[in-house]
Amino acid sequence: MSYQIPPVFTKLHRHDMMPAFDHDERARYNFLANLNRFISTVIAPGNKIAYDNRVEPNFVQENGRTFQNRHEVQAAMSQDPMYQTWAALRRCTMEMRQQAGRSVVMRQAEDLAEKAQKWIGDGKNLVLKPDFQVPAYLRHVDNHLMPGSYHTEYMEGDVANAGNYDTGLFVTTGGMLGRLTDGGGKAIAHWVKETYPDFQPKRILDIGCGLGHNVLPIAEMYPNAEIIAIDAGAPMLRYGAARANALGVKKVTFMQVDAENMAEFADHSFDWVQTTMFLHETGGKAIHRIFREINRVLAPGGLNLHIEQPQYTPEMSYYEQFMRDWDAYYNAEPYWGHMHDLQPEDLMEAAGVPRANFMQVGVKAINDLDEKKQDANVKEDYGRSPIWNVFGGWKP
Amino acid sequence: MNDILMAGNKAKGERPYFLEDPAVERVLNITMAVATELAVTRERLDTLERILAEKGLVSREEIEAYSPDEEAAEARQLWHARYSARLLRIVQQELEAIAQPENNKPMHQIADEINEM
Repeated sequence: MSYQIPPVFTKLHRHDMMPAFDHDERARYNFLANLNRFISTVIAPGNKIAYDNRVEPNFVQENGRTFQNRHEVQAAMSQDPMYQTWAALRRCTMEMRQQAGRSVVMRQAEDLAEKAQKWIGDGKNLVLKPDFQVPAYLRHVDNHLMPGSYHTEYMEGDVANAGNYDTGLFVTTGGMLGRLTDGGGKAIAHWVKETYPDFQPKRILDIGCGLGHNVLPIAEMYPNAEIIAIDAGAPMLRYGAARANALGVKKVTFMQVDAENMAEFADHSFDWVQTTMFLHETGGKAIHRIFREINRVLAPGGLNLHIEQPQYTPEMSYYEQFMRDWDAYYNAEPYWGHMHDLQPEDLMEAAGVPRANFMQVGVKAINDLDEKKQDANVKEDYGRSPIWNVFGGWKP
Repeated sequence: MNDILMAGNKAKGERPYFLEDPAVERVLNITMAVATELAVTRERLDTLERILAEKGLVSREEIEAYSPDEEAAEARQLWHARYSARLLRIVQQELEAIAQPENNKPMHQIADEINEM
C-alpha cells in the first residue's frame, strides 16, 4: 500500500482572490486533508475486505446465490460494522470540511465581496444576469453537502461559497489537484494538445465552469482561442472572473448562462465544447436538453469532451457499482446515481457525435505539487482518484 | 455569532446514519471534531515553541503564571464559543432538520425528483 502524506495547505498558490486563512484555519485544513487521506487509504479498503470475507459469503450462504445487482450489495453492506464505521467517518469528514471552509469565508464575506469587485474592475470578462433563473436541479440539493451550493448569495456581490469551494478542494483531494487545484484542466489541455497537435480551436466553450479552475489551463494552452466559460452560480462566476484577473489570465469571459438554453450563442459557434465534472450535477431531463444545445452550438468538425464519473458497464462488479453510488446518496450528489445508468455513446449521439467517433479514455490529473512522487499505478478510489474518465468525440 | 452558526449550517437532504444507534454516531462526530481541534492546537503550540526556542524569549514559568486582561479574556471566550459550535455541529444540523422538513427529504427521493428535471 503506497501512502502519500498530503502537502501543507500553504503549498497552494495564494492568488489574491483567495480567502485569508489564519494560523489555526491553515492547521485545521492540514489536519482534515490528512484525516481524509488516512481514511481513504487505510480504512476504506476495509470495505472490500469485509465484503470478500464475510458480507458476500454470508449472502451466498443465506440465499444460495451471489448478488444480482448493486442494491442488494448496498443492503447487505449496510449491516456490516466495518462499512458502517467507514461510512460514518466519511460523512463526518465531509461535514467537518464544509464547516471548516464556511467558517473561514463567512467571517470575511464582506471583504471577499469587496476584493472581488476590485479584481473584476470594469467587468469586461464577467456577464451576469440580474433576473437569471437558477435551474431547478441545482436548487433541489446542496451538491457535495455545500450549504447554498453554487448559486446562493448572502449579500450583494457575494463570493463566499466560491471561496469555500476553491479552498476546500485541497481538503477533499489532499492537494492532489496541484497548486492551483487545476490538475483536471491541465490534464485535458495537455491531452488534447498532445493527441491532436494540429487542432487550432478558435472558440472554446466550458459548460459548468464553476470558478474556472479547470478552464484557465485550457486558455493558457490555446492562447489564440476565445474562451467562454458559463455557469448558473453568480458567486462562482464573480470569483472566477476575479481569480482569473488576479492570475493574469485575461482571455476567458465568464457568463451566467443556462446550459439548457444557451440563446446567447449562435448555431455552430464553438469548435470545442468542454464539461468537467459537471454532468452529474444536472438532472435527468436537463441532461438531454443540454446535449441538444451542445449539438446546436458545436460546429461541424468540432470537439466535444466530458470529464465525468464513468458509466456502469456489465464488466463493472456490483460491489464497485455500489461503492461508486456512495456519493450519490451520502455525499449529496443525487443525480450521480441515476446518471451512471446512461450510456455516454447515446449522449454523444445527441451531441452530434456518431458512434463511430465515440471515444473514452482515462487521463491522469497533473499535480504540479508532487511531480516526482506521483505513483503511475495509483489505485482507483471509486471516483475519488486522480485519474479522470473522459468521453467524447469529434463532430463530423 | 451569525457567521459561527452559518458555518455549521446543514446541507439539503436527510442526513444518513450508518451506525446501528444514532446516538453513537452523534458521539463519533463530536469526538472527531474534538480530535481535529486537538490537532490544530498541537500545530499552533509547535509553531510557538519553535519560535520561542529560536529567540530564547519566553520561559516555562511565565507561561504557567499567565493571567489574561479584559480584552484577552473576551477573545479567548469567543474562541471557546466557535469551538463549541464545531463540537456540536451535528446537533445543530439535526435541529435544522426538524425545523426545516422541506430541506430534509431523503436523498433517494431527491435523486428520483432530479431525474425528472
